[in-house]
Amino acid sequence: MAHLIRVGCSGRLSKYSSVVGATRSMSTAWWRHVEPAPKDPILGVSEAFLADPSPHKVNVGVGAYRDDNGKPVVLNCVREAERRIGGNLNMEYLPMGGSVKMVEETLKLAYGDNSDLIKDKRIAAVQALSGTGACRLFADFQKRFSPDSHVYIPVPTWSNHHNIWRDANVPQRTFHYYHPETKGLDFASMMDDIKNAPNGSFFLLHACAHNPTGVDPTEEQWKEISYQFKVKGHFAFFDMAYQGFASGDPERDAKSIRIFLEDGHQIGCSQSYAKNMGLYGQRVGCLSVVCEDEKQAVAVKSQLQQLARPMYSNPPVHGALIVSTILGDPELKNLWLKEVKGMADRIIGMRTALRENLENLGSPLSWEHVTKQIGMFCYSGMTPEQVDRLTNEFHIYMTRNGRISMAGVTTGNVGYLAKAIHEVTKSS
Amino acid sequence: MHGGNASGSSSPADRRLSALVRHLEGSSRDGIDAGNHSIAAAPTSGSYGGRNSVFDHVVMGPEDPILGVTVAYNKDPSPVKMNLGVGAYRTEEGKPLVLNVVRRAEQMLVNDSSRVKEYLPIVGLADFNKLSAKLILGADSPAVQENRVTTVQCLSGTGSLRVGAEFLARHYHQHTILIPQPTWGNHPKVFGLAGLSVKTYRYYDPSTRGLDFEGLMEDLGSAPSGAIVLFHACAHNPTGVDPTAQQWEQIRQLARSKALLPFFDSAYQGFASGNLDTDAQSVRMFVKDGGECIVAQSFAKNMGLYGERVGALSIVCRNADVAGRVESQLKLVIRPMYSNPPIHGASIVATVLKDRNMFQEWTVELKAMADRIINMRTQLFDALRSRGTPGDWSHIIKQIGMFTFTGLNSKQVAFMTKEYHIYMTSDGRISMAGLSSRTVPHLADAIHAAVTRLA
Repeated sequence: MAHLIRVGCSGRLSKYSSVVGATRSMSTAWWRHVEPAPKDPILGVSEAFLADPSPHKVNVGVGAYRDDNGKPVVLNCVREAERRIGGNLNMEYLPMGGSVKMVEETLKLAYGDNSDLIKDKRIAAVQALSGTGACRLFADFQKRFSPDSHVYIPVPTWSNHHNIWRDANVPQRTFHYYHPETKGLDFASMMDDIKNAPNGSFFLLHACAHNPTGVDPTEEQWKEISYQFKVKGHFAFFDMAYQGFASGDPERDAKSIRIFLEDGHQIGCSQSYAKNMGLYGQRVGCLSVVCEDEKQAVAVKSQLQQLARPMYSNPPVHGALIVSTILGDPELKNLWLKEVKGMADRIIGMRTALRENLENLGSPLSWEHVTKQIGMFCYSGMTPEQVDRLTNEFHIYMTRNGRISMAGVTTGNVGYLAKAIHEVTKSS
Repeated sequence: MHGGNASGSSSPADRRLSALVRHLEGSSRDGIDAGNHSIAAAPTSGSYGGRNSVFDHVVMGPEDPILGVTVAYNKDPSPVKMNLGVGAYRTEEGKPLVLNVVRRAEQMLVNDSSRVKEYLPIVGLADFNKLSAKLILGADSPAVQENRVTTVQCLSGTGSLRVGAEFLARHYHQHTILIPQPTWGNHPKVFGLAGLSVKTYRYYDPSTRGLDFEGLMEDLGSAPSGAIVLFHACAHNPTGVDPTAQQWEQIRQLARSKALLPFFDSAYQGFASGNLDTDAQSVRMFVKDGGECIVAQSFAKNMGLYGERVGALSIVCRNADVAGRVESQLKLVIRPMYSNPPIHGASIVATVLKDRNMFQEWTVELKAMADRIINMRTQLFDALRSRGTPGDWSHIIKQIGMFTFTGLNSKQVAFMTKEYHIYMTSDGRISMAGLSSRTVPHLADAIHAAVTRLA
């Protein structure tokens, strides 16, 4: 029969505790030692915003697009695609690598409609759980097949990048990127870091609309970076979460990648449809790795699948169907391109409005960076203390690094926002 | 493929680089031979050829044993081919099935123009989480009422298992997990990659084609105190062999006495017996004694939502405070994996579970699926008996759920694939859901031939 051992249970379970038994009705408490985890710095902002009852509250925290009424948007092309696929079907498992059609269309966006790499089948690609999932799959792959490598991450970057490569057990190093004095790119230091890194290092690059700073290298600078990468034999991993969203033109936003491809780099790339198709919660993305030839691409893809299988077996079908329906139909694709440009234009308009408002208020500071930076985010340069004041006194929510999600700015709140920012920064 | 060497080529990239080289100071730089003014081909630059990719050493990964069956099946042109590999339900006509109630729920969602596609919270859709917990633990479960349960939406069963395993690897003092022998092929990989040390306990008895209860009790009895134990809540995959209620009670007592941590994989609730509550008894028994446990739920089969990847991980804790802290740590596992879960499938499930009529309809459709499978078991058993196929085939009707562990060996399986175009996993597991009244005879013929011609 079962032995019932009663032991005095202390508050903490030590790894070396001797027999810890349990009676039939009084189990040991397994999790008493579990500490509460810190709130996610980005997603925690939205939670706080939702809890705030103030009628004046403004959410410029998480990077999700809002229209000029501050409302989330489902693109018309998406609604139409859903109408077509709804009631269809079956909900069978996708292959481990995801929807073939969706991946095909997605590669064209990043690599070009007429890409030789695509024609020659040199790209190993799998559907992934949006940008996060693509980055994580790559990080796991990097750990498994380049186990001694580090990853160089720009300062600053999206905070979750650090979590992703950490959980994949890939050691991290940083490289200079943002220049606080100019609120622009610290190109010289960045190039130094690239040159000083050991040959063959892995670098994480934001293809466009750098998150959180909105600061991108110019085309000329990208060319120099690419050249230096060749000299050093570095591996470039592009995180492209905002294609189309930055300039309004997807081809233009992929320029950095195209430059690297032209120089013959075999890159890795994470793509996300969260923002540019507004498919946030559907978790649709793609991970691609350029290989030497078709055979290698097949091998690499099979290994990526081996990493996906014990994580989630195969990716969700709904969002992928939406994407392939839109991109596979010329009319819908055109509609999408128009709508993406519309979103990008509204944001560019808000940048101008915010800057003008601040200048008209007589701010002693320069707000040039608001219109120079690109994409969803503006790195305002405000300190955490100033951000706290914005939240506590004005009910304005943003991450404490001073990052403003321009998508949350509307003609209705830009004046209020400018006043508040002016208030907390005018004495600095 | 780009062959040749740098000196002979004249691509735009080469010309640009040559021009740059000429402007360099004479001193050496990394990778540049100052004397020859040439630049060594970088590992990642394909256009130079002759140099390896940083991933050149990557070998072809093995085919997934289960999903690979479907790949092979698809390639076969035979008109009599049968796919008894992956566990996805099929109708009598051999077609996949979208439940009516799911179709309706989806239409409601699509037609609701106020719905948006925003990110879910990291832990997923709140409604879905609450309803899922109630479904497996029971609507009147004290654990739920006392807020002692933290439930997070995950990517189907696989995702729930992986997130739970990662949490355990970080926060639980024992890193050994015991899994039944045999088990779903993906289990060891999920737990291994999460950082747990995988051991097995005896489960299936090939001589009886039933449960090796004595072996199971012995192995759990000699497990290290506090070890994690994986239990299939019902309809064990791949064998279809489940403990009886009495056996579960004995397992529970033993587990609690050794402070073993139960981790349930519930992928077939409602699908096994046709009754949702019956199929949840094993889990509820453990929760009832006030102890802690973990449950991974999948809605792939019982709601037919396979590709939507809908599942939930529940951790039953001693009190609400602990549950809150555990939840916060689960978020730290999820965020660097995929940030937040996909919304579509979970919305469908929540819609169905919260509407009394739709819930009712669902139980009816669920029972119909389970009944069809039980019917196929009977038909196959009868067909083998009428052919006089040697051996005792009663396990076909004794086993439960989607799968039958036939007892056929890999040689016999290969024979059946080659001669009869029947696709199944090499361990002899067949998915009953892939059978129909029309195809049972063909399968019976194949089994008969395999058993009589090959040992």
